[in-house]
Amino acid sequence: MSLQLAPDGRLKHLLTIDGLPRRLIEELLDAADALRHVALRGNKKLPLLRGRTILNLFFEVSTRTRTTFELAAERLSADVVNLDVASSSTSKGESLLDTLATLEAMHCDMFVVRHPDSGAAHFIAEHASPGVAVLNAGDGRHAHPTQALLDAYTIRRHKPRFEDLTIAVVGDVLHSRVARSELRAFGILGAGELRVIGPRTLLPPAIEELGVRVYTDMDAGVADADVVVMLRLQRERMRGVFLPSESEYFRRYGLSRERLALAKPDCIVMHPGPMNRGIEIASDVADGPQSVILEQVSNGLAVRMAVMSHILGAQVPQLEAGA
Amino acid sequence: MIAHSPRTTRVLIRGALVRFPHLGIDRVGDVLFEPGRVLALDPDAEQAAGAEIVDGRGRWLIPGLVDLATRLREPGATHKADIRSEATAALLNGITHVVLPPDTQPVIDSTAVVELILRRAREGRGATVHVLGALTRDLGEDSLAELGALRAAGCIAVGNIGHALGNTNLLRRALQYAASLDLSVHLQPVDPWISAGGCAHEGRVAALQGLAGIPQTAETLALARDLMLIEESGVRAHFGRLSCARSLALLADAKARGLPVTADVAMPQIYLNEHDVLPFRSECHLLPPLRTVADRDALRAALASGLIDALCSDHQPHDADAKLKPFPSSEPGASGLDSFLGLGLKLVGEGVLSVDAWLQRCALAPRRILGLPPPTLEQGTVPDFVLIDAVSENPLEASTMLSRGKNTPFRGWRLPGRVHLAAIADRLWIREP
Repeated sequence: MSLQLAPDGRLKHLLTIDGLPRRLIEELLDAADALRHVALRGNKKLPLLRGRTILNLFFEVSTRTRTTFELAAERLSADVVNLDVASSSTSKGESLLDTLATLEAMHCDMFVVRHPDSGAAHFIAEHASPGVAVLNAGDGRHAHPTQALLDAYTIRRHKPRFEDLTIAVVGDVLHSRVARSELRAFGILGAGELRVIGPRTLLPPAIEELGVRVYTDMDAGVADADVVVMLRLQRERMRGVFLPSESEYFRRYGLSRERLALAKPDCIVMHPGPMNRGIEIASDVADGPQSVILEQVSNGLAVRMAVMSHILGAQVPQLEAGA
Repeated sequence: MIAHSPRTTRVLIRGALVRFPHLGIDRVGDVLFEPGRVLALDPDAEQAAGAEIVDGRGRWLIPGLVDLATRLREPGATHKADIRSEATAALLNGITHVVLPPDTQPVIDSTAVVELILRRAREGRGATVHVLGALTRDLGEDSLAELGALRAAGCIAVGNIGHALGNTNLLRRALQYAASLDLSVHLQPVDPWISAGGCAHEGRVAALQGLAGIPQTAETLALARDLMLIEESGVRAHFGRLSCARSLALLADAKARGLPVTADVAMPQIYLNEHDVLPFRSECHLLPPLRTVADRDALRAALASGLIDALCSDHQPHDADAKLKPFPSSEPGASGLDSFLGLGLKLVGEGVLSVDAWLQRCALAPRRILGLPPPTLEQGTVPDFVLIDAVSENPLEASTMLSRGKNTPFRGWRLPGRVHLAAIADRLWIREP
């Protein structure tokens, strides 16, 4: 019944982490591992998706995310078309379905979709013709599955046994598709303890039912954590009904060196970017030895290559022993 | 196919189980009538001679159902539906009276709009259309609508249905003013600030799916506020589309203290819950949103006990495009006329309601709320009844729906109930044998 899983267990689309088997996630992370080594070579291109066309369909402006998807597709030798719909057809009144029909006529193999509505990727997958795969690059507050996979991948490289880990996700969980997908992914991978930390205004009311422990006190929530994921605070939330001010937020929930010292000594610090320095994270933490934030970015490329290859049925070469 | 019968002069429904609980009638009988007039219950052969005979055996003759919230989409959105299409669909589904909320375009806040709607309705051959006037001008936050003029033009009551009123001072004055005109007020309690931007019940499913939530306090706060103002003004009030268990306690308290209040619940709330939204089913994008299983069960219990006085279809027909959008961008509401009879009978089948209680909630209480007299079978009264097969089940499909709006969360459900004859005043439809 799953929209994204084929009967043989492969992904037809990647819309959400929800419902993915652990083995499949691990397989994708293994493939990312193999592909990461490509990026370190001189010739960075693989012929895996030669002759395939991937359309980046962004209904929400995002240069960074779009660039990593674009680069991932190019590294796999696919043809890439970028379409910023935010500034084109739909603003002229064309319906989403009309836009899709037009784009399908171009015979693309995959739509990489970002959209401000939760559920938009599902909607597009439901209505796209059978030959088109949909890769969700972020839909509203719902899901951002490749970000969750790349974060899981980054954690695994540093701390391979999820069962032993206490992972804290800090900040605006309410509006965050990254948090929703991460909490799912870390849960499926068997994380020892999942925590969310933030003021009640930024936490969905029923979040406890998703198997996480809720902390409104940052110091208590960070204590003894192995991984701290800081979420981006959207500018429009910083002043108003959710929060009184940026400075108060940083005082109560910002990750400073002193706070990080409460976590395990080898705790890693993550952030999906772009960061607001001095609002959710102090600069010396973001640039400090425990930060893996830049590594996340390069891992994102490998993970997106792995997902694209998997969905479009290309065989990723196994990692050679000792590589 | 059911067909309008203008040629008919006199009709004899023979051998039907006549179920008019408010008259103490629940037995097999014959009814002789002509368009516009009941002639006799159990007429003798001489009286019935020459009448067209409709076989009532195995069927129920019941008072016509009454729907307290039926969007007809006219004026303003006739690409979705219109007065003629929906009033006819209502009657063919056993509903003899519908109430049009004021959130048309333009809003029903002037006599011209009321007159337009009533004239269009009279031109059709469907259910009787009653009009709810807007409580405030343009359903806005600034000034009272001309409530006296609206009543004089034919509005059956006034209300804020379709717009959550935030200006408590204006609401307070509106209720006082309506009370002084002896007008009933229909209120749909929603706090506009708390509900702003939401599209799903703020709970587990919305948290999981990243849908902007509408918490229960959006309803309970507004209801508590409204009840205080009703108590102060003494106005007669009807609360439409309650969705939360917590609201029921407030309602019970108000009734216990003798406030002149009644309430209804929309049919989808009795069958569905927040989980039906998964995975992003725009057909289940409703306002108020589908809430928890516990809320649904509490609403069922309140419906059974009579704390909730009435059921309504909350009919909101849409064009296909309105729902062919990602969930948050799709338009809220479900087309309800074609499932109102079936889902009501299903409650009887499930043992939630007795037949009497079902007729109370779907036919008799709504008339009391509107101040309409209950239908009788006495000679000379106006026909207001339907003949139904209450047993046979049919799947609800877009192709067989009579409303122009095919947007139903119940598509594919097998529902009991089939209308064989519907009569309201001088309009009469009889299914061809």
